[in-house]
Amino acid sequence: MDVNLDINVVSKNNIASKLEASKTEVSYLAQTEAVKSRFDRLKAREVILEVKGLGKVYKTAKGEVTALKGINFKTHRREFICVIGPSGCGKSTLIRILAGLETHSSGDVLLDGKPVTGPGRDRGMVFQGYTLFPWLSVKKNVMFGLEMNDIGSNEAAREADLWLELVGLEKFASAYPHELSGGMKQRVAIARALVNQPRILLMDEPFGALDAQSRAKMQAHLLEIWRNIDITILFITHDLDEAIFLADRILVLKAHPGEVQELIEVPVSRPRNASQFNSPEFLATKARLEALIHPPAPVVEEGINDEAVTPRMIRFVNVEDNVE
Amino acid sequence: MSLASWFAVRRELSPNKRKLLGIGSFLLPLIFWCAVSYVPFIWHPMVLISNPGAVDYFQTDMLVDKDVFKDELANMQAANKAAPQGVPANPIYLPAPHAVAKALYTGFTHAPEQRDGMWLHESLWHSIQIIFWGFLISSLIGVPLGILCGTYTAISRLFEPFIEFFRYLPAPAFGALAVAILGIYDGPKIAIIVIGTLFQQILIIANTTRKLDYSLLEAALTLGTSKFKLLIHVIIPGILPELYRDQRILLGWAWTYLIVAELIGTSSGITWFITQQARYQHFDNVYAAIIIIGIIGLGGDLLLAALSKTLFPWDRSANKE
Repeated sequence: MDVNLDINVVSKNNIASKLEASKTEVSYLAQTEAVKSRFDRLKAREVILEVKGLGKVYKTAKGEVTALKGINFKTHRREFICVIGPSGCGKSTLIRILAGLETHSSGDVLLDGKPVTGPGRDRGMVFQGYTLFPWLSVKKNVMFGLEMNDIGSNEAAREADLWLELVGLEKFASAYPHELSGGMKQRVAIARALVNQPRILLMDEPFGALDAQSRAKMQAHLLEIWRNIDITILFITHDLDEAIFLADRILVLKAHPGEVQELIEVPVSRPRNASQFNSPEFLATKARLEALIHPPAPVVEEGINDEAVTPRMIRFVNVEDNVE
Repeated sequence: MSLASWFAVRRELSPNKRKLLGIGSFLLPLIFWCAVSYVPFIWHPMVLISNPGAVDYFQTDMLVDKDVFKDELANMQAANKAAPQGVPANPIYLPAPHAVAKALYTGFTHAPEQRDGMWLHESLWHSIQIIFWGFLISSLIGVPLGILCGTYTAISRLFEPFIEFFRYLPAPAFGALAVAILGIYDGPKIAIIVIGTLFQQILIIANTTRKLDYSLLEAALTLGTSKFKLLIHVIIPGILPELYRDQRILLGWAWTYLIVAELIGTSSGITWFITQQARYQHFDNVYAAIIIIGIIGLGGDLLLAALSKTLFPWDRSANKE
């Protein structure tokens, strides 16, 4: 008994010291057993979307501009992948190519192994701007995709009711979009995309226009939907916290040309909640993302960029009139 | 009610103020007209003879220039003959408001003086029919073509350069041609209204179609909408309120071509009424007819505006207030 007790004490001390250490130098690469086994299970699932050597070259008056170059990645079924990168990294171009709204110059986009040639209902999309049809009621908006694919209006109405209930807007079924708040509009947009039962949901900074409070609410709501539905989500954001909070893996792009910098496996355990924002894994991941996206030495580029603008502050107030 | 509340830059006024200003907007020209008509020392360049006196060519109820009257008055006084008498008056072409109001009323109650004359409402009805057919024919071509031009660049590139050229040609210039082709009755009149409206209509509606938020089309595409269904299910419903507003403005343009159109071939409708009445110097009737055109135009537009609120409940710009 005594011996056992001793061992317990020792092991407790060990854990404590380990925790102490982890607080200071936990790596974003370190995964707990639970997280690791989740990733193993995730990677064992079939591949939904595969992007191979994807490139996009724009022809402009000044010559050719490479927006994307050699992008490779795979997403597995029911994976939540975020794409993040500095402005000009081509993340919007990437998602538009995946949706089929833009053509690519080289490489392949394969959905369930079949190449993507244009927009289709197998890839739902939620845009940053509000794209609900203003002349249709909320319910008719959700029914739109089904009716366009020749599903009878009775069945479409039934499906729409179901999905509106899922996003909590069944009371607003007959309202017009202009009567809804920004968050509610995006809920309808999510329902409208999901009712088509796409293989993957593409989201292009969908909460970018929302205030901080509704944004947090929508993030939690999106995770809730994702947990309960067989859907793979590819989510573009420029908000690091949002990416870490939502994603299984984060695809980090760099700009000029847009290339994959790293595919980070988020070590934060699931289910996620707001208290994890200050966990060591979360902070370590965020530090890594920050280092990738805002490198310490500013890159000198041709033309005008933000770094070239340095304000020179002059004091306009009395020395004694301090605010800090 | 401070002055600042009336002159806040680009701010909406209270409903009462708007009503007041709306009435004032019509009252102001009316007051001006009344002042010129009823206040003897404002303008009144003529004299209405009430007693010709000894001036041999003056007659009772004759209008003469103030200067002529003064000269003759001086002449008669110098010659010690009977002086002519008269009151200041406006020229025949500016009847007083009450005369026009009376003409407006009698136009509908009394048969025309001329044997071959038309009632005011008969002339009006004829004009309205011309407008209706002209605008309908123009819209049947212009609306679909405008939407197609706004949707497909190829169609726009094929049609719009020529339309841009054609819209600068003044519609009345085709009058003689229209008569030669379509005869002298209603055909050429309708044709002039079509020519005057159609080309603007195509360009305006094409532009309205182009202004539809492209992301709505992209959203529809990602929901599995085929390219052909886009036109019917997204583009047309999307532009409908704007299209309706365009049509209201274009209908106003069609009215402006009416008078010119009705002068072509045999003069008809309200224009015939106006020219006929002017020939007999019944200027009160002329003003009455002109005012009626304005009332029909504005009344029709207000009606259409009110209708758009029920037609397009989702359209915010029509429903604000």
